[in-house]
Amino acid sequence: MLPKFFEFFENYMSVVSIFFTALFYLSLAIFLVGMTRKIYQYWQTPVPLKIPTAPTPLTQTGVVMRMAREVVLFESLFKSNKWTWLFGWLFHIGLLLVLIRHIRYFWPGDLPEVFLLIQPFKYAAFAMVIGLIGLITRRITVERVRYISAPSDYLMLLLLLIIGISGVVMSFTSNHTDIIMVKNFASGLLIFDWANLPTEVHFLVHIFLAFSLLALFPISKLLHIPGIFFSPTRNQVDDSRKKRHISSWALKQEQEGQVILNETLGKDK
Amino acid sequence: MADFEIPELPTYLEIPAINEGVMQGDGPFKSVEEFQTPLGFPGKKIDNWQEVAISKMGELKSKYRSVQVFLDACVKCGACTDKCHYFLGSSDPKNMPVARQDLFRSVYRRHFTFAGKYFPKLVGAKELDDAMLDDWYNYFHQCSQCRRCSVFCPYGIDTAEISMAAREVLDTVGVGQKYCNQILGKAITIGNNLGLPEPALRDTLLDLEEEIEEETGIAVKYPLDVKGAEILLITPSADFFAEPHIDGLIGYGKVFHQDGVSWTMSSYASEGANFGMFIGSYDVMRSAALRIRKAALDLEVSRIMVGECGHAWRVAYSFWNTLSGVGAGATDEHAMKLQQQLDSRYPQPQHIIEYTYDLIQRGKLEFDKSANDDRTVTFHDSCNVARATNMGGIPNGQFILPREVIKAVCNNFVDMERSTIMESTFCCGGGGGLLTDDLMEIRIKGAMPRMQALKEVEKTNAVDTLVAICAICKSQFSKVLPKFDFDPYMIVSAHQLVSEAIIMDKPQKAVTAEIAETAETAEAK
Repeated sequence: MLPKFFEFFENYMSVVSIFFTALFYLSLAIFLVGMTRKIYQYWQTPVPLKIPTAPTPLTQTGVVMRMAREVVLFESLFKSNKWTWLFGWLFHIGLLLVLIRHIRYFWPGDLPEVFLLIQPFKYAAFAMVIGLIGLITRRITVERVRYISAPSDYLMLLLLLIIGISGVVMSFTSNHTDIIMVKNFASGLLIFDWANLPTEVHFLVHIFLAFSLLALFPISKLLHIPGIFFSPTRNQVDDSRKKRHISSWALKQEQEGQVILNETLGKDK
Repeated sequence: MADFEIPELPTYLEIPAINEGVMQGDGPFKSVEEFQTPLGFPGKKIDNWQEVAISKMGELKSKYRSVQVFLDACVKCGACTDKCHYFLGSSDPKNMPVARQDLFRSVYRRHFTFAGKYFPKLVGAKELDDAMLDDWYNYFHQCSQCRRCSVFCPYGIDTAEISMAAREVLDTVGVGQKYCNQILGKAITIGNNLGLPEPALRDTLLDLEEEIEEETGIAVKYPLDVKGAEILLITPSADFFAEPHIDGLIGYGKVFHQDGVSWTMSSYASEGANFGMFIGSYDVMRSAALRIRKAALDLEVSRIMVGECGHAWRVAYSFWNTLSGVGAGATDEHAMKLQQQLDSRYPQPQHIIEYTYDLIQRGKLEFDKSANDDRTVTFHDSCNVARATNMGGIPNGQFILPREVIKAVCNNFVDMERSTIMESTFCCGGGGGLLTDDLMEIRIKGAMPRMQALKEVEKTNAVDTLVAICAICKSQFSKVLPKFDFDPYMIVSAHQLVSEAIIMDKPQKAVTAEIAETAETAEAK
């Protein structure tokens, strides 16, 4: 049995392919476990007080609208700084479109037609790269932003930029990689039908960093993605006079009677 | 005063080049045992402070989602870096909101995150050593918790939450701030921040009544501890004696008088301000809030109203329902009992501005606006009112109602530059527990952005009156206005303008007699 297992790898998969296959599952596992833990942590951490920041929505619908504007349009960032907004938004929208386009590599078999609609957004990769270059430039040249930057802040941008540029190189220059092979490899990862992957360096760099990025999610500032949805200044309804808001620990403290209402009435005066 | 330069007022507000260490220092005077113990904090810096501080950080981030999420979510985009008035006025980079948070975040990363434990240099994680603790004490007392940064942060990260958490950690290890903790001691034992006992308060109010009667010929009353009154007024104690605050109190009294409503103040809970918020302590904040609940129950009032005070209104509007059940919609028995007593036809608590605005809308007040014709007025949105509360239950009511009240009583009103008012308002520079003389340098520097906007409307519109509805703003402006060549008396209460224009022609109902009767019958029972 065992020799047969190795024989399979020897015959069908290169060492490089094995490495990347393993890296994918490892990164994915770190991502899933890590993100689940973080989201669970945010979820179960109480919010003792009402702290929405103006302009506050007075209804739940208002909160949904506010959050949508924040997540889709980066409303607060727009108010704050037009350049950071422009580069930041370009990068994020570019990345989103690029990610949607990548579904075709991971989709086993023929792609549903709806994905054809995304084809014209091939050029989104440029938005992403331009955005990233803008953000890096800003981080280096604006003194205040440089002051608050740690090495990891530059590395994160650099990582994304290399992913972006290596992708652009494959899509828009003559350095195309074997798309069929990529599709077999990527979709194989999802349906456990492992296959070899192309070995051009720019492709390997591209997926190495992309897989690493996945693993970095739960231990880095990429936590801003779940974070925004849990941000009390953005997701609370401003209705504190109408509805009593109380956290589990405060209620417990209250019920355990640090101050019992009737006993204090009329006393000490 | 210390040797520092008072910032020049530029024509346009410029973002300064960073100037490391300008505001480095020992921070405000430290609290001592006498003020620490009553609040349950150690009297001096404890021996194992590092250990205790780290475990307190762990506790806080597990009790406050804001702290946990805000520490993780920051991407260092820099959007907030030019939003803090203390940075704009001082140019010390540690006064940039993100850098201020990073004092706390770097320790969080070192002790609570994978990256910070194993790759501290890479992610800027740092140890909580003596130097770091000193930086905490210094720079977290250069934050007025005004939340302007939070408005502009793409994730809504609120430095106030971090600064409150840091101050609570500091208190827990025995490194408290004298100003806040001394005041809190008085507030939770005597009932107000000034330590004014009942007889003194009663005398002050009687003097005020005499003064008004002499001046206007009308017997405006300032009732104290009147059982069975309809409204309990909770106002910052500065209103009782300080200038210009007291003119606001005169205004409240006149409005109550005209409405013919029965009202009272409480000598047991004679303070609207709640410095428990500034030091970030839920428990201290709650014990101050509970005095008000007790006063409301003892005096059997059906409405609770709050005077002109910024953070008092934040605590009242946003937190009272949580802390003590003043509000509506309760589901637990303590809060339900209180809420049954309160008249659900009115918002509980209600701001004095909401009350006056409502009376104006209903045509119950008449004004001679020309009484304020000698003034050209602008309005300073106080940060806690502007960014953390609402008025009138309508979107942005906290911006609209005060302006409408002002416009109803005076003919000449102009707003300052849009980016310096409403949700983007610049703090007066003295909020958040910074209103103490030992912090005068940061107070003056932090006032610069507001002063700059004020200078502009002075130049272009000949504004000579600045209205604020916050006791701290009023005190701070009285001090800093002259440093920037303004008249220190240009700062007034909104209700001072009301007081000057109100026409006191309606016959006074027999309010006092009515109340005396109720009180007697209540006692006889």
